[in-house]
Amino acid sequence: MNVALHTSPDMNMIATDADGARLIDLATSPVRALNGALHALGTTNETLWRVANPRGLHAIAAGVDAPVAIEIAGNVGYYCGGMNKQARIVIDGNAGVGVGENMMSGFIHVKGDASQAAGATGCGGLLVIDGNASARCGISMKGIDIVVKGSIGHMSAFMAQAGSLVVFGDAGEALGDSLYEAKLFVRGSVASLGADCIEKEMREEHRALLAARLEAAGALGQVDIGEFRRYGSARTLYHFHVDNVSSY
Amino acid sequence: MNDITNTPRTTPRFSATFDEYTLSEIRRAAATGIYDIRGGGAKRKVPHFDDLLFLGASMSRYPLEGYRERCDTSVVLGTRFAKKPIELKIPITIAGMSFGSLSANAKEALGRGASAMGTSTTTGDGGMTNEERGHSTQLVYQYLPSRYGMNPDDLKRADAIEVVVGQGAKPGGGGMLLGQKITERVAKMRTLPVGIDQRSACRHPDWTGPDDLEIKIEELREITDWEKPIYVKVGAARPYYDTALAVKSGADVVVVDGMQGGTAATQEVFIENVGIPTLAAVRQAVKALQDLGMHRKVQLIVSGGIRNGADVAKALALGADAVAIGTAALVALGDNDPHYAAEYEALGSRAGAYDDWHEGRDPAGITTQDPALMARLDPVAAGRRLANYLAVLTLECQTIARACGKSHVHNLEPEDLVALTIEAAAMANVPLAGTNWIPGSTGSF
Repeated sequence: MNVALHTSPDMNMIATDADGARLIDLATSPVRALNGALHALGTTNETLWRVANPRGLHAIAAGVDAPVAIEIAGNVGYYCGGMNKQARIVIDGNAGVGVGENMMSGFIHVKGDASQAAGATGCGGLLVIDGNASARCGISMKGIDIVVKGSIGHMSAFMAQAGSLVVFGDAGEALGDSLYEAKLFVRGSVASLGADCIEKEMREEHRALLAARLEAAGALGQVDIGEFRRYGSARTLYHFHVDNVSSY
Repeated sequence: MNDITNTPRTTPRFSATFDEYTLSEIRRAAATGIYDIRGGGAKRKVPHFDDLLFLGASMSRYPLEGYRERCDTSVVLGTRFAKKPIELKIPITIAGMSFGSLSANAKEALGRGASAMGTSTTTGDGGMTNEERGHSTQLVYQYLPSRYGMNPDDLKRADAIEVVVGQGAKPGGGGMLLGQKITERVAKMRTLPVGIDQRSACRHPDWTGPDDLEIKIEELREITDWEKPIYVKVGAARPYYDTALAVKSGADVVVVDGMQGGTAATQEVFIENVGIPTLAAVRQAVKALQDLGMHRKVQLIVSGGIRNGADVAKALALGADAVAIGTAALVALGDNDPHYAAEYEALGSRAGAYDDWHEGRDPAGITTQDPALMARLDPVAAGRRLANYLAVLTLECQTIARACGKSHVHNLEPEDLVALTIEAAAMANVPLAGTNWIPGSTGSF
């Protein structure tokens, strides 16, 4: 535990860019200074924030609750944008474990790849990953929408409760294991489906939902909606029954 | 010729191995094909605080005057990193229990009783309700693998955060709330369909192991601007290493829950056969803190089978900073009350033994979501009973502390204790009564 992080935000660490954006350099300022300043925002005119030299640091822009745009120039560590509300966060690099975990609303865009548990337990908002996402993408998701333009790793959407997961590429082993009501759309191959996850008919309402998610992600027209297959819960494990014991 | 009717016969002999309970469980399993699920903690007899005694004052120790010389009971939790540590008037907190497993009235009563005595309550696997926030002056918000109802607004309005790794009744097990209790409100809070059997995760979704937990705690501190104390709760299994790793991960407070600690529902086989007793866990947890030079700097809360002020005093003497109660608090509210004896029997149980909390048919209106049953529990009166009970626990603990000459309950120490059994002496690392022998450690008969 880095005790030096336990400092009050120093507004002197935050500069102003030529276009009026607030600028913080994490090579010289701690994450605490950034997050402290972002948390102190109420109704603000400081709507554009730029973060330089993130260097894989953790919890960058975590817990923000303000309608601001945050541009991060580089790779981030764990839990970037964790529990985000309202903010639009763009990461011009790769993201570590749990990007956008438990986010409530807003938008997070990862221009590179994302590590494990991207969007884990997210309750709302939109997470877009241009590259691949590793294992457990969308685990326990509770209403978030996730669009991954590459492929996703194993155990993705494990116990996913609500929301949607759209994957342009392939899905790893045990997709949607113990799934509840989240909706999964995969364009490529699925290595295997987890317990109680099945392929479902792609009806017009689902094509409309998928189109809406693609449009929100700025990706409408980039892929053919007709190439996606839908996966969801068979709902056979919603009530314990001894006849299902081989699935447990 | 022998007359068989006059031949002496031996009394029918029941097996100690296949006792009455065991036989009934075999028959039940054979009939249903499913394991037994129940609430509560381990019911088997295990070495416990009853196996310890205080020595009291004597020629070499001065006692304090009862009712006159002050014996302080206050405790501050979260002094390591949190900007706003929790200050409690008594070293007895209310353990995590969810809205969903408990009725809204029961949660309100817990808040009322705890607040009246200046101590904290804790949410559970299901999120924070406005009622419990409103009625709890100090509320600890649990951060569980399921993350049901987890949101940054509740995180910020909590007084502390408890990252739950496990609990004593089921170390390594996840939550369980069967469909009977998943009402519309409970389902909405958990983002689940109404009426399904809910089995929540046993692993956190976005961290694995102490290195990740350190980063997770850093994130929680960042989100809450380093204000809130962060607890890490573990089920008693490997308390020395779990406590050390919790400290390494940056915890302000470590909570160690022994196998007598209750759960809302899980498999009987899990409750009775996984984890270790509270008595066996305390010393190892304290040793870990001492070895790291963090005893009293990272606070230790011990739970699992705390019933009276002597249990509180013994836990503190072994090095805990506070205890947490769950089952006892429910009993104080009215759980298993003989007043409902006929109704417990109608459910196939008995007052005092009722543990089918998962079925949601609790006559006392505590472990239920049934509106009619729930209405039986008056939260004001039940809260008062809990406050009374907490007051008694505190007075009893003070009585013992004064007898040992202590002006603060935290001044109780292992030197004040002896054990009645070799097992307890070994587990608690105190001498067997009448000897200077600590098995595996010092001295001899």
